[in-house]
Amino acid sequence: MSAAAPKKDGLYDCRDSFAATIEALAEADSRIVTVVSDSVGSSKLGGFRNKFPDRMVNVGIAEQTLVAVGAGLANGGKVPFVSAASCFITGRALEQVKADIAYSNVNVKLIGQSSGVAYGELGPTHHSIEDLAWLRLFNNLKLIVPADPWQTAEAIKAAAAYDGPVFVRVSRMAVPALERPEGAKFEIGVAETLLEGTDVTIIANGTMVHRAIAAARTLAAEGVSARVVNMATVNPLDEAVIAAAAETGAIVTVEEHSVRGGLGGAVAEVVISTNPVPMRILGFPGFVPTGSAEWLFDNFGLNEPGIADAVRQTIARKK
Amino acid sequence: MPSPATPLQNDLTGEIAAQALWIRRRSFQMVYEAQQGHPGGDFSAADILATLYFGVMRYDAKKPRDPGRDRFVMSKGHCTGAFYAVLARAGYFPEADLSTYMEPLSKLNGHPNRNYLPGVETNTGPLGHGLPVATGIAIAGQLDKADFRTFVLTGDGELQEGSNWESALTAAHRKLENLTLIVDRNRLQQGARTEDTASLDPLDDKWRAFGWHVETVDGHDHAQLFDVLSASPKGRGKPLCVIANTFKGKGVSFMHDNVSWHHGVPSKEQYELAMQELV
Ligand SMILES: Cc1ncc(C[n+]2csc(CCOP(=O)(O)OP(=O)(O)O)c2C)c(N)n1
Ligand SMILES: [Mg+2]
Repeated sequence: MSAAAPKKDGLYDCRDSFAATIEALAEADSRIVTVVSDSVGSSKLGGFRNKFPDRMVNVGIAEQTLVAVGAGLANGGKVPFVSAASCFITGRALEQVKADIAYSNVNVKLIGQSSGVAYGELGPTHHSIEDLAWLRLFNNLKLIVPADPWQTAEAIKAAAAYDGPVFVRVSRMAVPALERPEGAKFEIGVAETLLEGTDVTIIANGTMVHRAIAAARTLAAEGVSARVVNMATVNPLDEAVIAAAAETGAIVTVEEHSVRGGLGGAVAEVVISTNPVPMRILGFPGFVPTGSAEWLFDNFGLNEPGIADAVRQTIARKK
Repeated sequence: MPSPATPLQNDLTGEIAAQALWIRRRSFQMVYEAQQGHPGGDFSAADILATLYFGVMRYDAKKPRDPGRDRFVMSKGHCTGAFYAVLARAGYFPEADLSTYMEPLSKLNGHPNRNYLPGVETNTGPLGHGLPVATGIAIAGQLDKADFRTFVLTGDGELQEGSNWESALTAAHRKLENLTLIVDRNRLQQGARTEDTASLDPLDDKWRAFGWHVETVDGHDHAQLFDVLSASPKGRGKPLCVIANTFKGKGVSFMHDNVSWHHGVPSKEQYELAMQELV
């Protein structure tokens, strides 16, 4: 049950990894069911439906019911993977996520599909750049933002193995498979350092990790040693890795999310109360204008030159 | 004996039909050029939109915030192809703007934004928001004893959202006869038929049980649509639900009643074939 095949040019749609992994897990564990809200195609769950037609519950376009039905299924001994567009499974059903899933502390896996600005031109109603800020408030809800197909598969496996509420944010944006040392493992709450560096630390997750690595390589050519951390778990945070990042004297966070309350906010909360160092939070300022996802990334500096620039400016603020 | 209005209405339905055809053609061109959009639902709604804007509603496109205007809320906000086409045709903004559909920085976002475009009453896109907002607009009209009407168009799959039924209770409770809901009953949602997903039938009975006056029409018949939508609601004491039986992709043979055209986009060949049929 490794990652699914690349789409094109060596780039992957992480939803394919989600789909392949959940099908394999369901093969081995009959408690696993999926719950959708007219979101079979957008969740890439057509294959699951064909293999396990009785183990998919489609509630129709009704996200509040979607999430609450998941809670009920868990009560009945199932392990539900509840999947819909990230904007709707979070924003529309926020109180169900809070009361029925997190506060009730039930064994439900929420899958936020096509998160961030993947829906591009469909606009801010369909973007999900607030989801992490909202969900981060529920202290016991694990939040995972995988960066590539391997990590998506590993996050889904880890979510299934963990007994409690988990949210996994799955992107539809084309991403490369990241290079990792042999035997790399994924563990909820443990960040991975993908590049070592001593002058500054770039902390990224999701679709921004490969861009952060590209920026670090550009900076290396200028003699700047940038560490790159993939902080896939936003709750709980890997505080040891953040403490080590502060030791480099400057931190830049990068996320496909609002600059308010997401990964950057979470890291800043730790940094400010332990070892304050100059920090910069990269993301979207709020509702964005019409444009494709790639256009939005470029326009808001969420690309290799934009990240590199932010790093240079942040290093300049070091005391 | 034919009423004196009959010849006028014949001209009117001719005019509405011509506008509906224009909406289908122009919206399909927009979707083709943007290679994005929801053409199936544009086509199922085209006749309803043309009837509202070119037969039923009172508005002055040059005064889009006129307090006395009839309101239209496009709850199925994904169908911006048809919605923007009808707004431009009605004079809210230049038809030339339609060719910026979904381009970077365009006012013509994939979902309508009232801060970008005149004629948009509220931002939609997430389903199940239009009827609650329209209910609020209608309550404001009721409080002011104003005589504008409020129309809202929803999809049918959209009615699976509970928010619709919450506002259905409120609207009936407050006897909002100034409120008209039109359901684009094309029997298809995003991935499948409504009746194979979370069934809605018998839909008319549901609305009646919620205290609404219900009319069922052929949603592609301009005369039928015009009659039920233009009849005065005064004195009825109930909100009106018009169930408009439609087909997703209506007007193009290979798109007709075909769920893959929910957000399918045409190739060059398909576009040209469709344009040959849309005459
Ligand atoms: C709250 C919410 N959930 C999901 C979606 C995604 N979505 C967009 S259109 C659509 C299907 C709508 O079907 P229907 O209401 O029947 O519209 P129509 O057939 O007229 O296009 C879905 C599920 C959405 N826009 N909003
Ligand atoms: Mg429909």
